[in-house]
Amino acid sequence: MSGGWFSKLKAGLSKSSNKLVGGITDVFTKRKLDDDALEELEDILIAGDLGPQTAIKLTEALAKNRYDKEISDEEVRTVLSEEITKILEPVAQPLEINKSHNPHIVLVVGVNGSGKTTTIGKLAKHYSESGLKVMMAAGDTFRAAAVEQLKIWGDRTGCSVVARDTGADAAGLAFDAIEQARNENADVLLIDTAGRLQNKKDLMAELEKVIRVIKKLAPDAPHDVLMVLDATVGQNAHSQVEIFRDTVGVTGLALTKLDGTAKGGVLVALAEKFALPVHVIGVGEQADDMRPFEANAYARSLMGLD
Amino acid sequence: MFDTLSNRLGSVFDGLKRRGALKEADVSEAMREIRLALLDADVALPVVKSFIKEVKEKAVGEAVLKSVTPGQQVVKIVHDALVDMLGAESQGLNLLGEPPVAIMMVGLQGSGKTTSTAKIAKRLQEKERKKVLMASLDVARPAAQEQLAVLGEQVDVKTLPIVAGQQPVDIAKRAMQAGKLGGYDIVMLDTAGRLHIDEGLMDEVAAVKAVTNPQEILLVADSMTGQDAVTVADSFNQKMSLTGIVLTRIDGDARGGAALSMRKVANCPIKFLGTGEKMEEIEEFHADRLANRILGMGDVVSLVEKAQETIDEEEAEELAKKMQKGQFDLDDMAKQLKQMRKMGGMEGLMGMLPGVGKMKKQMAGAGIDDKMIVRQEAIISSMTKAERKNPKLIHAKRKQRIAAGSGTSVQEVNKILKQHQMMSKMMKKVSKLGEKGLMRSLGGMIPPNMMPPGGGFRR
Repeated sequence: MSGGWFSKLKAGLSKSSNKLVGGITDVFTKRKLDDDALEELEDILIAGDLGPQTAIKLTEALAKNRYDKEISDEEVRTVLSEEITKILEPVAQPLEINKSHNPHIVLVVGVNGSGKTTTIGKLAKHYSESGLKVMMAAGDTFRAAAVEQLKIWGDRTGCSVVARDTGADAAGLAFDAIEQARNENADVLLIDTAGRLQNKKDLMAELEKVIRVIKKLAPDAPHDVLMVLDATVGQNAHSQVEIFRDTVGVTGLALTKLDGTAKGGVLVALAEKFALPVHVIGVGEQADDMRPFEANAYARSLMGLD
Repeated sequence: MFDTLSNRLGSVFDGLKRRGALKEADVSEAMREIRLALLDADVALPVVKSFIKEVKEKAVGEAVLKSVTPGQQVVKIVHDALVDMLGAESQGLNLLGEPPVAIMMVGLQGSGKTTSTAKIAKRLQEKERKKVLMASLDVARPAAQEQLAVLGEQVDVKTLPIVAGQQPVDIAKRAMQAGKLGGYDIVMLDTAGRLHIDEGLMDEVAAVKAVTNPQEILLVADSMTGQDAVTVADSFNQKMSLTGIVLTRIDGDARGGAALSMRKVANCPIKFLGTGEKMEEIEEFHADRLANRILGMGDVVSLVEKAQETIDEEEAEELAKKMQKGQFDLDDMAKQLKQMRKMGGMEGLMGMLPGVGKMKKQMAGAGIDDKMIVRQEAIISSMTKAERKNPKLIHAKRKQRIAAGSGTSVQEVNKILKQHQMMSKMMKKVSKLGEKGLMRSLGGMIPPNMMPPGGGFRR
């Protein structure tokens, strides 16, 4: 995943940032940084889903030393990208597998349609290519054909999949999967879960049960609870992350669908508020379309630099 | 749903209501708050701007300044502008034309196309007595076609047999052919999720349109979508000429600004709302209701309709008779609790009542939730028939037995007995109350000792 990842990220993100950059260029070909200009800039950031508060904070940082001075478009972008990098740097951390956990258990959670199953498929490919023995558990026993979907990812990546029929108990499946992963000496166990809206208390309680059952076999597990966020989601991401973190102890994020025009700008606000690591980003439907998250590259790409 | 936006606008207008007359400065302040609230609710920036401009122009008019309750008037102006923007009344599907009529579902990945396809098919088949065939053209996502087939079995709607390796345009042709030969009224085409900037896939979906000539092309969009909603709606509309929008996951806690944005940009009506994971959880869209809800005015219409749907007429009449006679026993109370649960529980009901946005939080804080209803039902179930008919029989020892049987405490048993007493008093009055009776009796379900200080229905 490391070789030339930056250019791939840029390719993926360039569509995301085109509009943002276009907007900024429109405002600042070379003009005075006055209140009007700042407000326009704020609007552009808001349109990138950064949220009103973060947008205000960033424009204030920009205005600090440059208010009422002539400023170029390039300079605006550079300063903003530096500010965003500062915010994102601490959260850019890879999802590292500790082989001594035997297996390292990763529970994957998120709202419906965020891309959990696809992300698991991509992670399986990545980890098995780096020499780890990977097993997947088809824990979405609710959605029709979700089990089949993960099985196909198993065929594609050559990793084994533990599955039961749709409608089976997800917690029981997780239990079986851990036993099987131990028997087969797997290094990583990726457990899929059904998508659920964070305000559905019953469904969140079901997820808590899955974790309780996992702990029966492996008290220190799940070693990671990866939450998958769709980049097209707006400010609701705050509620999603907050509730999932509070109920199931999310340890890190994956941001998917960054190959569209959505900017995933809410990530900047999330990083400030929750400081949860951002492990990977998804930039397409294929098994290879996953990249590690790197703050500077993301910020610069978001601002259309390099 | 949408309650956070309601709360924010609510606090803005609380401020306005307290002032005697409305000055231009007040309006400007309110508009700034509304702008922030709408942006926080993911309404797209250009839409927010035009909305604010429109409302401000109306609000700073003479009529507002002269009016007696300026706050109320601003609420009305904002409400009307919202309704206007959301599009007046609900519009059904256009199913005219030579059968089989094609309906195409398009949208981004993960927006809920396949689920919505099955929900709409079920609705058309059951409510409109149409013969429906569904076909999945999604050859991109693994097992997507199987997903639709399984859903088809669940909702008892036929699906086109899967031919491995066949491409979308050919599947669409085959579906229309099968629709014609099988005497179907409607063929629903579930397409693969695609990015609006993926030219290859957008051309493909345009080709499907060309060979099927659909009456309806519905954009399925997630109500959690952020600012990008405008771009998505605009691009799909340019390429496909959308006829409607299906807004999914409205049962989440997203503020739902995407609805406003897409309605405006794609210039086509929102036709359905997806309201849950179950196959019958889809509703027609009503702009007026949505606007009311956004403004924190509650959704009394929805409440009444929901009550009509779920309350068994005969049971209700029987209950009414008993109430008039003042014979309201614990069995009746259990029935009411069950009824309440059917109507979406406390949370569902509260969301629909006007002015309870803030109370909802207090109630959550006080631990009043749906679990309370379930526990109360359990307590009543643990009583003997005789006890339920005549609660006076229940003395200390019986209370202990009931508490043990329901896994609760004597305290909780006492609470419910007290509550029953209060309710039966209330019930005697209820016949005089007419329409408002329902709300008051709901107020009576919550004993005063469980209410947080200062809380309570202010109606």
